[in-house]
Formats: sequence, C-alpha cells, structure tokens
Amino acid sequence: MITTPHGMLAGGPLAIGPGATATAAEERAIVRLRERLAGEAAAAGILDVAYRTVDTPVGSLLLAATPGGLVRVAYPAEDHDRVLDQLASRVSPRVLRAPARLDRAARQLEEYFAGRRTSFDVPLDMRLASGFRLAVLTRLTAIGYGTTASYAAVAAAAGRPRAVRAVGSACAANPLPVVVPCHRVIRSDGTLGGYAGGTDVKRTLLELEAAA
Amino acid sequence: MRREPFERVVERFGPMVLRVCSAVVGPAAAEDAWSETFLAALRGYPRLRPGSSVEAWLVTIAHRKAIDQARAAARGPVPAGGLDDLAGPAGPAGPAGPAGPAGSDGIPGGRESELWADLRALPLRQRECVAYHYLAGLPYAEIAAIVGGSAAAARRAAADGIAALRRTYLTAATTRQEGRT
Repeated sequence: MITTPHGMLAGGPLAIGPGATATAAEERAIVRLRERLAGEAAAAGILDVAYRTVDTPVGSLLLAATPGGLVRVAYPAEDHDRVLDQLASRVSPRVLRAPARLDRAARQLEEYFAGRRTSFDVPLDMRLASGFRLAVLTRLTAIGYGTTASYAAVAAAAGRPRAVRAVGSACAANPLPVVVPCHRVIRSDGTLGGYAGGTDVKRTLLELEAAA
Repeated sequence: MRREPFERVVERFGPMVLRVCSAVVGPAAAEDAWSETFLAALRGYPRLRPGSSVEAWLVTIAHRKAIDQARAAARGPVPAGGLDDLAGPAGPAGPAGPAGPAGSDGIPGGRESELWADLRALPLRQRECVAYHYLAGLPYAEIAAIVGGSAAAARRAAADGIAALRRTYLTAATTRQEGRT
C-alpha cells in the first residue's frame, strides 16, 4: 500500500543512491552541462585536448586538437579509446569531447571525402612525432593530391636514402593520417604497402584522389 | 603519470555530482554548482594523486563550491535561483513546490521534486551527510574529512536526516494515497 521506509532510499520508487539510474530529465541536464563545460574550459584555457569524431566513407575518424592545432587523426582500427588514453598520457589528461575546436578540420575532411578538396588548411600540432619521423612526415605534404611517391624516394628526399624501412615506420606511426598524406607513399614495385587504417582504406583514398 | 581522459570522469560521475548538488544547494542552483565543480576539477585534474578516490575528490570540490555560493549569497544580492535556503536550516519546504524547479521536470507525479523539497527542509549538515553518503556513496570517515567533525557525527547527522525524510515523505505518501481513494 504505502512505500516501506527502506524502499524510499534504497531502490524503492525513488531509487536514489550511488548506482541509481539517471532519469530522462537528468540525462538532458547532463548533456547541456557537458556542452557548457567544454565551452567554459576552452574559454579558461584549460582544455588541453579537444576531440570529436567525424563519419567518413572509411569509417568514423577521431579528431583531436590542442590549442596549437590538430594533433591526432585516428581510424577505428586504432581503437579510439586507446588513442584517447595515449593522448591523456602523452599530451595532457585534460581531455574533453568538444566539437567546436574541430569544426574546421571536420568540414575540410568532409570536403576531401566528397572529392571537393585537394589539400588541408588547418594548423597542425606535430608534437606526437619527433626526429627522423617528423622529418619524413614534413616531406609528405610535398607529395601532391592524386600522385604517389615510393618509400625509397621519400627516404632520399629526407636525406637518408638507405633509411627506407625507417620511412615505412614513420608512415605507420603518422599521428595525422589523411591530413598528412602518408597514404600517397607506396612501394617501388607499385604495390601499396601497409597503412594504419588498413590496406583497403589506403586503396580507397588513392582511388578517390585518382577519380577527382 | 598515467591518468585517464577527463571526459571519462565526467561520463562516470557527472550524474552523481548533479544529484549531490541538487540535494545540497537545491535544484535551481545545482547546474551552476555542477559547472563550477567540474571546471575546478578539470583545472586540478593533472595534480590529482593517482590511486585517490575520484568521487571523494569531486564531492570535496562540490562541497567547497557550495560554501562559496552560500557566502556570496549571504554577502550580496542573490542571483536568480534559489540560494536563499543555504544560510541555515530552512523552515517548511518553501517555494520549491511539486511543480519543481529546473532539473526535476518530467518526473511522473512529481515525487522526486517532493523529495528534493523535503531534503531542503533538513539542516545543511544533515543534507550534506545524506547526500555524500546516500548519493555519492562515500564512507563516513571520508565525509567527516570533508564536512569536519568525526565520522560518528557524520553518521548521526545522516541517520537523523534520513529519519526526518522518512517522516515527511511517508506522511506525504499517505496523504496522497488517501486522496486517491
């Protein structure tokens, strides 16, 4: 008939407690509050890593940016949760889902996948690459849309013609795939070589660029 | 030092902190309290000692923010939103009727709003101890470290608060029941 005293605060009709299920009103409030937190954190200069995802023909891409620029693009195959963990330990644990900072990069990626964009114009934060790998990645932007270069040619261009394998690992560890076009580096015999997003994705990107 | 992305802390503890804020400062001021708590937590997050209790840390911040809000309310003009009940034990539930202020809409029958109203009728210390134990799940030793005093005193305050809530809630429930028949 009436609620038992114990039911009131332990899983009864009000179901309050640390494990209580959120009500619809609470969920709406939380969505609103998380957006507000992202905005206030950015304004206060304490949003060290903002991220969002963007849907593309090659799957959902994770985009992450520091105040300095786009710092990471990741394929689903790389496991977005793991990538966020890496960002937390290598850049800063102040990581929030905050789409605003990534609007421009997301829009340019959508244009790229629609065949309407041949180069990217967003600031890049290259802090996740260093040394020879960084030197290799910097060279890649010189490989134009719709063209390819061999690992050997990139090694020569980077000043270490014998470092063909090192070029391969620099491409494999590219923190900004698609935007820094490591997919345009293929083997001297014309076969594709490896790719962080999988060889199929590499082929899709090259076909997209050849068709446009 | 390894620490998980802050987004996951918000994901896991956001709803709990909102309930704690609603209970302690009232539903109308809860969203501002939540925002201030998580903004301060984000700021301090890189310095949080690994292995420490994240919920106790968040509740500690929320507790301090509630004290700041109450002080500001006592000093100057009260901003829009019900901070008026923070100064001390409130009388009868006051303006927060079952119609429910922000944060408690959409609950069938408005029973949750009634619970918040009942909570707000408790003295501040009881409200805090009830919220930190029953909503945040903190042990009394940690609650004592946050609110001051001993663990036994925190336990007693929570017990008194729950007893008072049962009295008022059951009375209301009985009245409602009788009203329907």
